[in-house]
Amino acid sequence: MQVTLKIFRYNPEADKRGHYETYTVEADETERILDLLELIKGHMDGTLAFRRSCAHGVCGSDAMRINGKNSLACKTLVRDVGERITVEPLLGLRVLKDLIVDMEPFFDNYKKVLPYFINDTPLPENGRERLQSPEQRARFDDTTKCILCAACTTSCPSYWASGDYLGPAALVAAHRFVFDSRDQAAAERMQIVSETSGLARCHTIYNCTMACPRDIQITKAIGELKDLSVTGKLE
Amino acid sequence: MPNVHEFDVVVVGAGGAGLMAGLYASRGAKTAVISKLYPTRSHTGAAQGGISAALGNLEEDKPEWHTYDTVKGSDYLGDQDAIEFMCNEAIDAVLELEHMGLPFDRTPEGKISQRPFGGHTNNETGKPVHRACHAADRTGHMILQTLYQQCIKNKVNFFDEFQVLDLLLVNGKTAGVVAVELATGELHTFHAKAVIFATGGHGRIYSVTSNAYAYTGDGAAIFLRRGLPLEDMEFFQLHPTGIYKLGILITEGVRGEGGVLINGKGERFMPKYAPNVKDLASRDVVSRAIYTEIREGRGVNGRNYVYLDVRPESVAKYAALDGRTNPDGTPYTITAEELLKKLPDIVDFNRVYLGIDPMTQMMPIEPTAHYTMGGMPTNKYGEVIVDDKQTVFPGLYAAGECACVSVHGANRLGTNSLLDLVVFGKHAGLKAAEYARQADFVPLPAVPTADASAQLEALRSGDGSANVFDIGTEMKKIMFEDVGVYRTQQGMEAAIEKLRSLKDRYKHIRVADMGRMFNTELLNAWELGNLLDVAEVVAFSAINRKESRGGHSREDYPKRDDKNWLKHTLACRVDGRLEVSYKPVAITRYQPKERVY
Repeated sequence: MQVTLKIFRYNPEADKRGHYETYTVEADETERILDLLELIKGHMDGTLAFRRSCAHGVCGSDAMRINGKNSLACKTLVRDVGERITVEPLLGLRVLKDLIVDMEPFFDNYKKVLPYFINDTPLPENGRERLQSPEQRARFDDTTKCILCAACTTSCPSYWASGDYLGPAALVAAHRFVFDSRDQAAAERMQIVSETSGLARCHTIYNCTMACPRDIQITKAIGELKDLSVTGKLE
Repeated sequence: MPNVHEFDVVVVGAGGAGLMAGLYASRGAKTAVISKLYPTRSHTGAAQGGISAALGNLEEDKPEWHTYDTVKGSDYLGDQDAIEFMCNEAIDAVLELEHMGLPFDRTPEGKISQRPFGGHTNNETGKPVHRACHAADRTGHMILQTLYQQCIKNKVNFFDEFQVLDLLLVNGKTAGVVAVELATGELHTFHAKAVIFATGGHGRIYSVTSNAYAYTGDGAAIFLRRGLPLEDMEFFQLHPTGIYKLGILITEGVRGEGGVLINGKGERFMPKYAPNVKDLASRDVVSRAIYTEIREGRGVNGRNYVYLDVRPESVAKYAALDGRTNPDGTPYTITAEELLKKLPDIVDFNRVYLGIDPMTQMMPIEPTAHYTMGGMPTNKYGEVIVDDKQTVFPGLYAAGECACVSVHGANRLGTNSLLDLVVFGKHAGLKAAEYARQADFVPLPAVPTADASAQLEALRSGDGSANVFDIGTEMKKIMFEDVGVYRTQQGMEAAIEKLRSLKDRYKHIRVADMGRMFNTELLNAWELGNLLDVAEVVAFSAINRKESRGGHSREDYPKRDDKNWLKHTLACRVDGRLEVSYKPVAITRYQPKERVY
């Protein structure tokens, strides 16, 4: 079948502002949007710039807006979006070139929530693992799936409106550690996410949950952090 | 000079090995980690099933069994001193990851959970053993995330989206690397006392692969250009279960959880090829079995695929036939709900890419190019070795998939890659920092960026009569067909001839993007040059080895030949031509014998 892609283009070395270009390619309905971008780059316009690596939805490189929805280009098939496809960069982060956005503010926010395991108590005397029951492990399973693709954060109207908002992805990272029974820095993290640039900026819009290519229940995770910030009780 | 940075240790690559090396090196030396990707995009994150260690959390297990299984899996080409070292270190390595916060799945007692995997056995009963420590089917993702998080905690210096183009060697010593900053197109020189390569593999030389686009053998190609040897490059692993046509990995953990392979006639065929462990034989054995079924007309609907069946009723049926039980002796079964918990990503991939539900339908699979056993020769401390006499190249280190210690020999066991990168990443980091503390900086060449600059310039100045995409597609096709699972003299000769003509055409390419910022076209073209160089070494090393062993299976020499070929290949480029030499295999406790699963 013939598929038409309307792709946002911006060359910082030549263009004052972005524009769209349209490409028509022959494609199968089971092909990934990433496959089509590769085809266009390989045969029609080598200057088209986008990030990609694993090509099956686990590395988080190729988050972009496909027909208006934040998606991974490698996890979206032609049959999911139809024959007329609009491809644009993520919103809320500066466009550097074509579909490539500036990821630095995103990773800066991630780093603010102490996104690493903290437990300074002595290790078990036998040197073995710290014990954790399957139930305790399940408590934070969902938020360990995050691949930092930024699809959630850049779908959030609160993030678009205020660049100082930590954003859903950083809160997901906080959740992953706060609810890990082995971690001991929940209080510090809760203090960070309870500041005005944190939980208070989430207005339960659910865009993040809809956008997550890993199906993480992000709004629920943020809700659990909000509950904790009110009750102070880590269950 | 502009853009010159000075570090004691520079790590190239930020996957599991690079992050581990960076973490350990930065504790004792001023260290930078340079990666062409953001670290969390690295291909370690795609590893699924587990990391092996004889923790014995579910049943008896010992490092000696792990060692023997790895030696046997390697088809006796692995160096036994290095294998023993790795398997002994495995327990502490996995526990260290847990102590860093890695969220392993848990046993009812709260210990790290383990599952069976191909080639891992109880050496007394010969039965599969629970040795693969796992976090659902995203163990690699959790390792990558955990190590990156620890690097943030320990304030490791990162240069993200910097592509290393060249290695600087001066008077037989390491002087640093040259990289291009993707965002600006500017060249940067990293003056360093020690350089650790952790650049991953090169599965993108093949058309059907589980490997990321980034897996273009950059490090290996840089080694070649600098006259350094590459070891055992003929050994490339085809993982038995990739999604048909797409090559996306379906973890061996599926078979660990009880899945079986079924041919087009509806028969379970692995018992014919591996009577003891059946579907959990080594990957080379299973991949050949699938190819044999297909070639003898037992593919599904006459096509090049077979089925992987993990439907709960099938699992129960075949577990009963095999006499598989739970650790408490009850018959082994699994529910759809348990499968979804243990293999969520596998279920997801099937739904997204094939529109099928593995709980009620069988998955169409074919072998997929997966892992580079060969690479930069090192000893067990990650020091790069340049000859057959254990001579170390001062200041140069390698770890992870790009390195060849050799712990995988002719065929890697599943889960040993994650173990390899954690163990040897750590030791390379420690050793490089130790070296840097007592070494001086070697003066840089007058124009350190000259060679890197010339390489990029050439890609902008061809006559434009050849197309990068087409050259890549043709290379991948012939490599998969003629230097894949089964190989022949004739096929490999054709492949080598084809590769040479592709390399000639490559000289004519000209990238359209003349800009500097995020010139991904230029970088992809440069990566294709690496792939062509590496593919040629793979084919050259393969045609030279006149026997079959592990992942190198020749129809014209179908038997392993220990008399003539129990030795490592070293391939080197001398005056523009590839040359081969050999080095002995370290054999300590296990004399080679016939390999039966």
